[in-house]
Amino acid sequence: MRWLTETFAVLALNLRTIPARLSSSAVAVVGIAGVVVVFVSVLSIAAGFSAAMQGSGRPSRALVMRSGADSEMTSGLDGNAVDIIKQAPGIRRDGQAPLASAELYVIIDLPKKASPDKPANVPLRGVEPAGPSVRDELSIVQGRMFEFGTNEVIVGRGARGQFVGLEVGDTIASGQNRWNVVGVFEADGSVSETEIWTDARALQGAYRRGNTFQSLVAQLDSAADFTVFRDWLTANPQLNVQIRRENEYYAGQSQALTTLIRAIGYAIAGLMGIGAVFGAILTMYTAVATRAREIATLRALGFNTTSVLVSVLGESMALGALGGAIGGAVAYLGFNGYQTSTMNFQTFSQVAFAFRVTPGLLLTGLAYALAMGLIGGLFPAIRAARLPIPTALREL
Amino acid sequence: MKFLPLVWKNVWRRKFRTTFTLLSIFIAFLLFGILMTIRTAFSFGVEIAGLDRLVLIHKVSLIMPLPRAYQSQLQQVPGVDIVTHQSWFNGIYQDPQNFFANIAVEPEPFLKIYPEFVVPPDQLKAWLADRQGAIVGKDLAERFGWKIGDRVPLTGTIYQPKSGQSWEFNVSGIYDGADGVDKTQFFFRYDYLSENSQFGDGQVGWYVVKIADPARSVELSRTFDGMFANSSAETKTTTEKGFVEGFASQVGDIGAIMIAISSTVLFMFGLVAASTMAQSVRERTSELAVLKTLGFSGGTVLALVFAESMFIAVAGGGLGLLVAWLIVQAGDPTGGLLPIFILQPRYLLLGAALMIGMGLIAGVMPAVGAMRLRITDALRRN
Repeated sequence: MRWLTETFAVLALNLRTIPARLSSSAVAVVGIAGVVVVFVSVLSIAAGFSAAMQGSGRPSRALVMRSGADSEMTSGLDGNAVDIIKQAPGIRRDGQAPLASAELYVIIDLPKKASPDKPANVPLRGVEPAGPSVRDELSIVQGRMFEFGTNEVIVGRGARGQFVGLEVGDTIASGQNRWNVVGVFEADGSVSETEIWTDARALQGAYRRGNTFQSLVAQLDSAADFTVFRDWLTANPQLNVQIRRENEYYAGQSQALTTLIRAIGYAIAGLMGIGAVFGAILTMYTAVATRAREIATLRALGFNTTSVLVSVLGESMALGALGGAIGGAVAYLGFNGYQTSTMNFQTFSQVAFAFRVTPGLLLTGLAYALAMGLIGGLFPAIRAARLPIPTALREL
Repeated sequence: MKFLPLVWKNVWRRKFRTTFTLLSIFIAFLLFGILMTIRTAFSFGVEIAGLDRLVLIHKVSLIMPLPRAYQSQLQQVPGVDIVTHQSWFNGIYQDPQNFFANIAVEPEPFLKIYPEFVVPPDQLKAWLADRQGAIVGKDLAERFGWKIGDRVPLTGTIYQPKSGQSWEFNVSGIYDGADGVDKTQFFFRYDYLSENSQFGDGQVGWYVVKIADPARSVELSRTFDGMFANSSAETKTTTEKGFVEGFASQVGDIGAIMIAISSTVLFMFGLVAASTMAQSVRERTSELAVLKTLGFSGGTVLALVFAESMFIAVAGGGLGLLVAWLIVQAGDPTGGLLPIFILQPRYLLLGAALMIGMGLIAGVMPAVGAMRLRITDALRRN
């Protein structure tokens, strides 16, 4: 108990005297804050991208593609196969009609708002009439749904934000085709929001695809029915297809890029962290050096060695916490919700997403900041505790 | 020069502090080197992309094929040197995680247009003689331990073979190239693709045209696009450099992010250096006053302090850049995701300039303070 009071007394003294050592303490705080800003903001890119990709899939939906295809882009299914697939057990039915949509997936060049002179690959998806009801998260937020059998399209909210010429009423000229934008849709911030949707039949005509599709999305009765659905299709000798749960498909597509961003983020923040620890060591070393006499006096008065040690650590962790809080706040205010887009390398198409500074990331950043403060304070603290009292009192 | 020992002594008067300051600056420039390497990697080789090479893609998008018949039409345009086509095959080697670029090309015109890919003559001969032959980049061969003569199966994602499940290739040669050349690609023969594909031929991915005079690139681009206007496959022609830039911008502005992080890092550690210098000079106020009493001019004192901060910045920074360079020599740590993994000489120069700048900025306040120091005040302060 006495030990605790002592420790708090010394710690309070240390903290109260920080203003006297302002510039040196600021160096440690700025250093740690810088590391936290970089750490949190780089990882918020990975968090945003993977949220957009993983939020796109539901375990209760199945995606059918040609066996061997690595994405919808490279897949192909002919009309007969599509008819057979729609007979499969496990698909939810609305009356007699199966909740399944055979789709086409192509990309068209549109200028990015951020760099209007350079084209970006925007995905254009052709869906069957069941397409919107298969994806129950989809809702029209402006204008109306396109009419099947026409060259009307609806655009995702993310696509409208990132690319030029996607407002309701605009006409998209792509090669010799003209697409009229009649509505804007939302889909829980998922990757669909970067897409443009139209009638699959219209797209077949425009791209001379005959009666072929690329993939089929089916709403299953329940997530558990996936096995029945898959086994029926793979056992059918007329089909040469692979079946994946939609969420697993999108998670797989986001994996490489997310891993790369995370690795870069951890490597950079790790190295910066080492540098910031050096900065903190310098700061705390100075703090101990300038107060050598005070510390020696306290110890001469009978204060416990560990109280001195803990109080120095406490001070450096307080600086760490301050740095972590500032860094987290800057990252949150500066980057949370920042809209951008990148390329999904599996389909070469654009994915719009927003940086996500999650509470988890902020906590990790803060923990990292405290760790830097702790390590930075350790050696100076040991030094303070070991200071030979007579020499220190004689100093200066 | 005769004051160097004095500067040296001053630098190391507090070994602990100097060591940690040096280490901080070391880390700063190590990071700078690595960040600039990442920046280069995400520009996808735009620096070496040719201005005398034009790329023709389908106007709607890169993924749409173009008719093979365009080749002979393009060849007849005056000012055109060589025309060749390429097709993105997108084959998978064993596991989708093993991604690398695999592209069908016409061997001879391909190597003429891209002299940066260097293939030994006997290996080239072997490639021309073997329809299933392929040449692979040195880095790619190392990654999977391929040797010449190895058989490599790729699973087709876009193209299905007439029989069997996968496409079989023989490694005919291993190409090399200067720094900055992507040595992770896999090139095989288009004639094999077109004959062995279920969907027949007549289509190619895109055209690459080498023109005689780079100054005519804009004019020729217009000519080409005009030739195929109003056809079912309209084209869009850009220089290779423009094409690569467009691709890089689709990935996002990684360059800007790297510069932002570098600036944060340099600011952070510059602050550490500046604060150390300020403190070190403050501690020595009376010493400096003594120096001045002995007859050292203000200018000399200024130079002494600057020399000290410059030493710390350049020694720490130089070591950091050196280590960054050594790390980069070891190659891409991601195993193929960043094919162009080099620390360009221009960033080494920029780094050197930044070190000197950091030394100057960190030293300026304390040095000027030391120069202006009035002996009487300084001695009285104690």
